[in-house]
Amino acid sequence: MSRYFTSRVKENIPLNSDHNLLTLSLPDGAEEPLPGQFYMIEVNRGNDPLLKRAFSLFRRTSDGFQLLYRIKGRGTSLLREMKKESTLEVLGPLGCHYPVPSKEQVPFVIAGGIGIASVFPFLHAQKGRALVFYGARSGGEIFMLDELRAMSSEVYISTDDGSRGTKGNIVDLLDRYFADKKMDISRYVLYACGPHPMLKAVSRVAASRRITAYISMEEYMACGLGACLGCVVKTKTGYKRVCKEGPVFNSAEIEW
Amino acid sequence: MNLEVSLGKLKLKNPVMTASGTFGYGEEYAEFVDLNRLGAVVVKGLSLLPKEGNPTPRIVETSSGMLNAIGLQNIGIERFIREKIPFLMQFNTPVIVNFFGDTREEYILAAEQLSCVDGIHGLEMNISCPNKQAGWSIFGTDPKVTHDVVSSVRKKTDLTLIVKLSPNVTDIALMAKAAEDAGADALSLINTITGMAIDIQTRKPKLANIRGGLSGPAIKPIAVRMVYEVKQAVKIPVVGLGGIMNADDAVEFMIAGATAVAVGTANFINPMATIEILDGLAAYMKLHEIENIASLTGTMHAPGEAGCA
Repeated sequence: MSRYFTSRVKENIPLNSDHNLLTLSLPDGAEEPLPGQFYMIEVNRGNDPLLKRAFSLFRRTSDGFQLLYRIKGRGTSLLREMKKESTLEVLGPLGCHYPVPSKEQVPFVIAGGIGIASVFPFLHAQKGRALVFYGARSGGEIFMLDELRAMSSEVYISTDDGSRGTKGNIVDLLDRYFADKKMDISRYVLYACGPHPMLKAVSRVAASRRITAYISMEEYMACGLGACLGCVVKTKTGYKRVCKEGPVFNSAEIEW
Repeated sequence: MNLEVSLGKLKLKNPVMTASGTFGYGEEYAEFVDLNRLGAVVVKGLSLLPKEGNPTPRIVETSSGMLNAIGLQNIGIERFIREKIPFLMQFNTPVIVNFFGDTREEYILAAEQLSCVDGIHGLEMNISCPNKQAGWSIFGTDPKVTHDVVSSVRKKTDLTLIVKLSPNVTDIALMAKAAEDAGADALSLINTITGMAIDIQTRKPKLANIRGGLSGPAIKPIAVRMVYEVKQAVKIPVVGLGGIMNADDAVEFMIAGATAVAVGTANFINPMATIEILDGLAAYMKLHEIENIASLTGTMHAPGEAGCA
């Protein structure tokens, strides 16, 4: 079964003024997506906009998959207009997945804003073992909180405006959590997805506490297949492609 | 039905090629495209030594197109020969290696190295790069410089030599003539058109490199016009490219004067674009009762002349 296929819109539900949950069909025999992987999605027919858009897998359903996306520009605005039963071309699943933690390790998930979409299937797979630190601009942008609580051992929330959870930055909250607990944290592994400055901060925390952080990176992308070399990030061993070697990288690899 | 075309010494099964830089080293697309079906695979541009490329952002989408400033990132000729050729040799499709240099000497050395390797059937010379020895002016924008570098390379290779022309010139036919006179077996055009885009909120360029190369359907009319003009000026075959998204576009290029076509940006949007274009070409031939696709090249009717039904 090809990783390039036609999918049917099963649902495309607005969650607030600029976030939607899209459910797409998955043909029989389609490659099974893993947490952290992504899809390239057609947002319109015709040449403008030209390129497909990359979205992380949010959830695998019984007969399809879901994408949680933020309406940010023309492409995602067009995607929001997609009606139930319309069809679109899909390429995926693409890229690498989050490494599976060993039994001894304690996974810490850090999500910033729409970054929750990428870590959500990872949390699901962890079956309650993981702790979650989830930050957003405001309470209206915190999604799926009940499910997150059900899937995680502890959930910590922060918002920039303080309308939900702790006021402030989610990585500061994480760092304070580590500082307060005077325990051995060598078993902890961080898994993060969010804006670039947040990932940089997570990387700093991981380095200072000498623990591993896996981060999911984002870059402008054209093909999703490693051919265009558009979506590279600078690493200690040269440029690497977000779509192929990534999107998940060990944060110690990245040249910040 | 005969889809075969010739470029210099190369016989292609059909006129559908890939455009350099949009198809990786072939393996990236092998999952979606049976490489045996393609007329030729043109691989990502190579230089003598590996090149790191530009900082990001490297690409930005524009109206019906995209700008890229990848910075010619590549693994270098040596690694290509060692790691990528064995894979490509499994297929019975000609491999055309796109290459470039910073100086005339680098072009010559690159051509020499690529010409003594099994599994490389043709060379495509990218002359849209800055000449380090001449104040970074572009090799492909001065007919004298073009003639000089192409004839130097010509002396060093017996492989089919395709010169890829830059559209960033006033008179592309002049450049085409210079390359033909210097011994090129064929020409490919167009390379990307230099452009830029600015974020009006931050007033910063959208590409880290400020300028980039525009590709995609936005440039197709310019490319068709240039293929037409070049074909009037030279006898050697022309590979037409620039915004080909479907078989209709490919046919248009051939009518304008192209012997073969290369599919570029379309690969990014639809990984099966090359094969769909090939199937579409066959359908067009059937519909128009064309026996030999080569007979389609350069058959535009002049205005006023009777056209086809």
